Amino acid sequence: MKVRSTQAIMECLLEQEVDTVFGYPGGTILNLYDELYNYKDKIHHILTAHEQGAAHAADGYARSTGKVGVCFATSGPGATNLTTGIATAYMDSSPVVFITCNVAEPLLGKDSFQEVDITGIAMPITKATYLVRDPATIPDVIRQAFAVAATGRPGPVLIDFLKNVTAPDQMIEYEFVHWRENRGCSSIRSLAHTHELKAPEPNSDDIDILVDMIGQAQKPLVICGGGVVRGRADKQFMEFARKLDAPVAITLMGGGGFPGSHELATGMIGMHGSRASNVAANQCDLLIAVGCRFSDRVALNPATFASQAKIVHIDIDRSEIDKNVLTDHHIVGNARHVLELLNQRLTQQEHAAWKDEILSLKRDTVVEECDQLTPKQVLETIRQLVPENSIVATDVGQHQMWSIQHFHFEYPGQLLTSGGFGTMGFGLGAAIGAKVGNPDKVVIHTTGDGCFRMNCHELCTVEHYDLPVITVIFNNGCLGMVRQWQNLIYNQRFSETTLDRGPDFVKLAEAYGLNGYRVTNRTEMEQALTAALASGKGCVIDAVIDTDDMVRPMVPGGAHITNFLLE
Amino acid sequence: MKTEFNMEKKLYTLALLVEDIPGVLSQVARLFSRKGYNIESIVSGETDKPGITRITIVLLADELMISQIAAQCRKLLPVQAVKILDEAVSIHREFALIKVKADDRNKRDEVIQISNIFRANIIDVSRESLTIAIFGEKSKTTALIGMLEDFGILEIAKTGTLAIERGRSTIYDDNKLKEEYNYGKNVL
Repeated sequence: MKVRSTQAIMECLLEQEVDTVFGYPGGTILNLYDELYNYKDKIHHILTAHEQGAAHAADGYARSTGKVGVCFATSGPGATNLTTGIATAYMDSSPVVFITCNVAEPLLGKDSFQEVDITGIAMPITKATYLVRDPATIPDVIRQAFAVAATGRPGPVLIDFLKNVTAPDQMIEYEFVHWRENRGCSSIRSLAHTHELKAPEPNSDDIDILVDMIGQAQKPLVICGGGVVRGRADKQFMEFARKLDAPVAITLMGGGGFPGSHELATGMIGMHGSRASNVAANQCDLLIAVGCRFSDRVALNPATFASQAKIVHIDIDRSEIDKNVLTDHHIVGNARHVLELLNQRLTQQEHAAWKDEILSLKRDTVVEECDQLTPKQVLETIRQLVPENSIVATDVGQHQMWSIQHFHFEYPGQLLTSGGFGTMGFGLGAAIGAKVGNPDKVVIHTTGDGCFRMNCHELCTVEHYDLPVITVIFNNGCLGMVRQWQNLIYNQRFSETTLDRGPDFVKLAEAYGLNGYRVTNRTEMEQALTAALASGKGCVIDAVIDTDDMVRPMVPGGAHITNFLLE
Repeated sequence: MKTEFNMEKKLYTLALLVEDIPGVLSQVARLFSRKGYNIESIVSGETDKPGITRITIVLLADELMISQIAAQCRKLLPVQAVKILDEAVSIHREFALIKVKADDRNKRDEVIQISNIFRANIIDVSRESLTIAIFGEKSKTTALIGMLEDFGILEIAKTGTLAIERGRSTIYDDNKLKEEYNYGKNVL
């Protein structure tokens, strides 16, 4: 069947069951948006205030739903505005397909208006980039792009269409094929023969070796990494942890992969990890890391990290093996599949003494009773008032660490946070994407005053689409995490981290047509949050906290994992 | 037991088969630069398979680095095969064109003699210069260039190192790591 090339693009999105797109139009992508007008009943478009917001929203949508996010932007500045969002998705292995349009063929390479080599720019921060110059290749490219984004280790992909490719008179041959069938199309099949488009099959002998190693271990520890979340391997992981009867440390990206409230969970590991997790890493004799890449925020010092233990690494990406920490054994494969095979062969273990030793180090959070509002009071209020399955999107810094330490995440996709790239301004966009993808869940966005200022313009998206996202600002009037380092390591030389400036966040919320609340103590916080939840619309709670509150515990970068600078 | 890696730095040769699509060479080269590896030489050329290019890269690395970079290369979509070519079991060659100053008969004779010793060919001659083509191992071309320096080298055009395994085994044997990929099933 002959169809317009833009029609083929829309149909290809429908093949992938895409019903939501985040984006921002512009000159070169006009043809695509014109076609979208015909498809507005089938493809819901969310217009953000800025392309970066659209990129984070598509990312948040992908992380919270497990589907592939889609984001549109125009050429030049539209495309470059996506780059922070693309890099954020790449570092956290989130599947997003970014679609941009570039200038027409005759203008390509002439430094034309709003021209930029976005496929070149995005190359190191995507799994693949495609520059489409021939309309006939559209179905193949889009099908391949979605397959690449969603399979193996997920990640972002960018497709750049030249404007002439999307011209209304471009007719191409197209047949609708649902994604389940089109994964067999020739272009993807040729990739599948040589590439990791499908999860590598775990080696059966490798599984047996690990079962033996577990049999010999007295003090095993499991790390739940982001791979458990991305691979939605939470059930298999739970069974494995129970069978192994061992403490479970959770990385930042692993939040939600294993219930934080479970008795075996020892909390976060690494720089701001709990004493129980960090001590366990230092005393275990077998460390099994599932879908974790031993980043410098987890392993801190690779040479001393769990040096007394045998390290076993389970990961879908072979290039992660022995990259940061040398391992004794590894299994390359999809977390869910590997754990299923392991669970079949593993008999029930018992490690009562070791569990006691580590789990006794767990400390219940004590919420201070004082007049001045504290971060713990804010978080405890949220924890008590919002439903347990609420989604939490964070920005980056102190509030991020506090949120993750305080909340217990129970399922994959409940925590949305920029772990790898540490993108300030990620949270609001991600919360928007999460709310669009999960309309029946409450979405809480925790942020700091520094982070919020970066992308607060997305409040207009919250208002316009009537998305009841509740933003809670931990307003300490400074860049808290940087100030904490300056406090501890830079002799209190607070260089450019004091944010004694506007705007008034309550008035800002009101200017966007949302409710704003300023709270300075626990009672006000409770009242504001209750009102916010009851209002059923987006709102901003400006929680004023002390400037010098710190994230505890803390191990400095590169130090030994139990070398706590702060307890 | 933790895998033992030889941490001594030496020159490694990596051969890649890549799909011949726009930007593939820059994609490979950029991977090396962003991971902080220094390329000593890089050569790219056609293969016996249409649409497939072979890229040969020489770099200074230790064993851990080279296995990591090979794994990183395998992740790039246009890359179809990666093989680390061990010096002991592979043949390495490079090709150089050297233009030497030789403005009288004695000098020309001498250059020709030296070239003959190295089994290099004179491919161009003029009243002021000779151009020599040499093909061989890096040590051989380096040695010839060293000898010709006395006469005054006007210009050098040189390829990087090309390499191929000795015997029957080929790069196609290592078409991704076999044990991890079940080619029979196409379940994406």
